[in-house]
This record gives sequence, C-alpha cells and structure tokens, in this order.
Amino acid sequence: MELKDKIRKFIENNLVVFEDEAEFEDSDNIFEMGFVNSLFAMKLVNYIESEMGIQVANDDLEISNFNSVDRIAEFINTKGGGAPSQ
Amino acid sequence: MAESTKEIKCVVWDLDNTLWDGTLVEHDDVKLKPGVVDVIETLDSRGILHSISSKNNYDDAMEKIKQLGLEEYFLYPEIHWNAKSSSLGRIRENINIAMDTILFIDDQPFEREEVESEHPDITTIDAAEYKKLPDLLRLNPRFITRDSKKRRKMYLDDIKRKVEEEDYEGPQEEFLASLNMHFVIHDAKEEDLKRAEELTVRTNQLNATGLTYDYDELDAFRLSEKHKLLVCELTDKYGSYGKIGLALIEISEEYRHLKLMLMSCRVMARGVGTVLLSHIMQETKKAGKKLLADFKHTNRNRQMYVGYKFANFKEKSCDEKGNILFESDLSMIQPFPPYIDIKIF
Repeated sequence: MELKDKIRKFIENNLVVFEDEAEFEDSDNIFEMGFVNSLFAMKLVNYIESEMGIQVANDDLEISNFNSVDRIAEFINTKGGGAPSQ
Repeated sequence: MAESTKEIKCVVWDLDNTLWDGTLVEHDDVKLKPGVVDVIETLDSRGILHSISSKNNYDDAMEKIKQLGLEEYFLYPEIHWNAKSSSLGRIRENINIAMDTILFIDDQPFEREEVESEHPDITTIDAAEYKKLPDLLRLNPRFITRDSKKRRKMYLDDIKRKVEEEDYEGPQEEFLASLNMHFVIHDAKEEDLKRAEELTVRTNQLNATGLTYDYDELDAFRLSEKHKLLVCELTDKYGSYGKIGLALIEISEEYRHLKLMLMSCRVMARGVGTVLLSHIMQETKKAGKKLLADFKHTNRNRQMYVGYKFANFKEKSCDEKGNILFESDLSMIQPFPPYIDIKIF
C-alpha cells in the first residue's frame, strides 16, 4: 500500500464521525475539521513510531507536521521511515 | 519483594489455599480463610480494588465466588490455566494502573516468582500473611475520600460502559454522545482538597509535572488571590466518574501560569482531555493575558506533552533539570467536543 493510503486508512479508522460524512482531501487539516478528538494525537504518534519505525522527537511534535495526510507523509519521508512493514 | 513505597491500588488474589482453604478442582468443600472477608472489605472501604488470578475452571470458580457473595468485589477476574504473569498483565491493562501499585497474593512460591520474573515492579506476598494486609503501610492511603470509597462502583460502571462501547456499531462520536456526558469545572472548595491531593499522588499518565502537593499547600493556593485552583467532575448516564481533573494557575500582571494540570486516566478514553485546557486558554484570552504552562517529563506522561504541543504550545525554555516552560499565544484554541455538555462555575 502507498504511504498516503496507509495514513488515510489509519485516520479513517480513528474518526469520531461517520466515514461517509468525513470526506477529506490529502491536503485538508483534519484537526480543524473536527474529525478527530484529543486522543487521536497520541494514537497517531504511536502509530507513526510503531508502524513506520520512526522515533518522533519532542522538536518534531508540532501540529503542523501532523494535520493532514500530505503533511504526515512528508514528515515520515523526511525522517526516512515508511518502509513497508512486515 | 519490590522496594516500591507507592500506595497499592489493587490487590490480586489467588483462590485455592489463598482466598479459601482447599482446592476447587479436587472437589474439596472449600472454606474461606478466617477473617479474609474482613480484610477485603476493609481494603475496599479504603478505595483499594481487588481482582483474582487463579488457575481454575472459570465457571466453577465464579459460581463459588457468587455463592460466597463476593463477586461484586473482584474486578476483571482472570481465571484460567494460563501463566499468571499474563493474567496480571491483563488486569493491569484493564484497570489502567502501574504494576508498582499492584499487590499479588498467592500461597505458591512458584507462582509469585513467575509473576515477579515478568513484572519486576510488582509486589508479591505469601498467602499466609493475608491478615497483615490492612496494617501494611502501602495499603493505608493518606486520605480516604468520597471518591476512594466509591472507587469500586466507578470501576464497575466503567466495565458496563466498555461492554456497551464494544457492542456499539457506528462512529465513536455517536457513542460518546449517547453517554450524555456532563463536565463541570469549578473553583476548588475545602471539601475538594483531600481528593485534590489524592489526584496529585495517584495520577501519572495525564500529569504535566508529576509534582505532588499536600492538603495545606493546596488550601493555601485555594485561598490565595494570586492563584486559582480548579477541579473538574465528569458524569454520564451511568453515574459520576468523580472529581477527575485538577489545575493550579498562578496569576500575575502579564501571565496566567499553569503550575499543575492533571486528569485521571480513567477518563482518557472519553476524549475529554482537552476540555480543561481549552477552558483555561479561553479564560486567559478573555483576560488579555498570555498563558504559560510548566511541564516535566516523567517516564509515563508523554501523552501530556503531546497534548500541549498539539494545543499549539511552544517550548519557551528548558532548564538543565528538564523543567520545561511552555507558552501559548492563544491563537489556536481547540473547541469543546460537541458530545459533552460543559458547565463552568
């Protein structure tokens, strides 16, 4: 699966609204759209660390790195992660 | 035995020759150990939870427990033939507490050692010592609050919620809305202080600094004009979760400074984590001040760090001891979740 598809799937599995109500583009800010709640941030960080093999440092923990599919993919690529997990 | 001095939050009991004399699968007419119910009730009244880790047939053992009228005391019993270390792991996860706050009591050295080898932070004790439990320092919490006495009931409510949540088909927000949650934020009153101290001692995961404050310190903050001490309570259709959140704010000319912020991990799954922070941010913005917040990494509070960062706080400084000072320009404040009714007094 492509990296962006994986990220999208993870987000869709953690939406707090019905999937068919939650249409979002890869560039949409999922936090501003209210599709996710306070728990999501930690789940997302855990997901990136365990599935993508990246250690997210304190300095990387900026919402701007994580607020859309595009930004998350960009962050993972910058950190050299995203190799297909076994 | 581990050398922790942390208060024990849960006692996990073996059954055969620990809770009762005799072995159930050998069709013994098992008899409760003399005085063991008193021990359980005494600890329960102090807000200490109980669970079971026993190698037995589940149905037979639970039937016996019911006959003895004890089933309401035991949360998440683990009764099967698998390793007890895995049972303790699941109990820890279900109750959502740290291993160093669990006491495991079993008559068999083998079982105690097997559990200790997997969970070095746990405390174990020989069943022969059961009468001493109420006297152990770690089983004598400094305060026994209304919340601690109701703790078992609150966990039993949680089990009902979990069952309903697992059976729920549809989006999480709809489930959360169906709980009919009310979140109340108010200035701490004198009767809240014991619970406030208890929260600073008991809360690990959603705790910004890990600092503990005692009753007198909190009382002084409550009365000080330079401080605000806020307490939160969450209720839903099942009942109250009790007082589950606490914030201490220092007020100065230019700033409001969050010295302490914590939220009980029992409400973590309810998506209420940002409510208190958003409220404080809104109030600070209204007052035309800036908001600072203290943070210190402990080994368990990363979620709180992530919470501040995703609420758009920036690290303003960090000293050599790892004390972080966050600042928010309040340009982005997360709205309250739509599925919670929020009242502020």
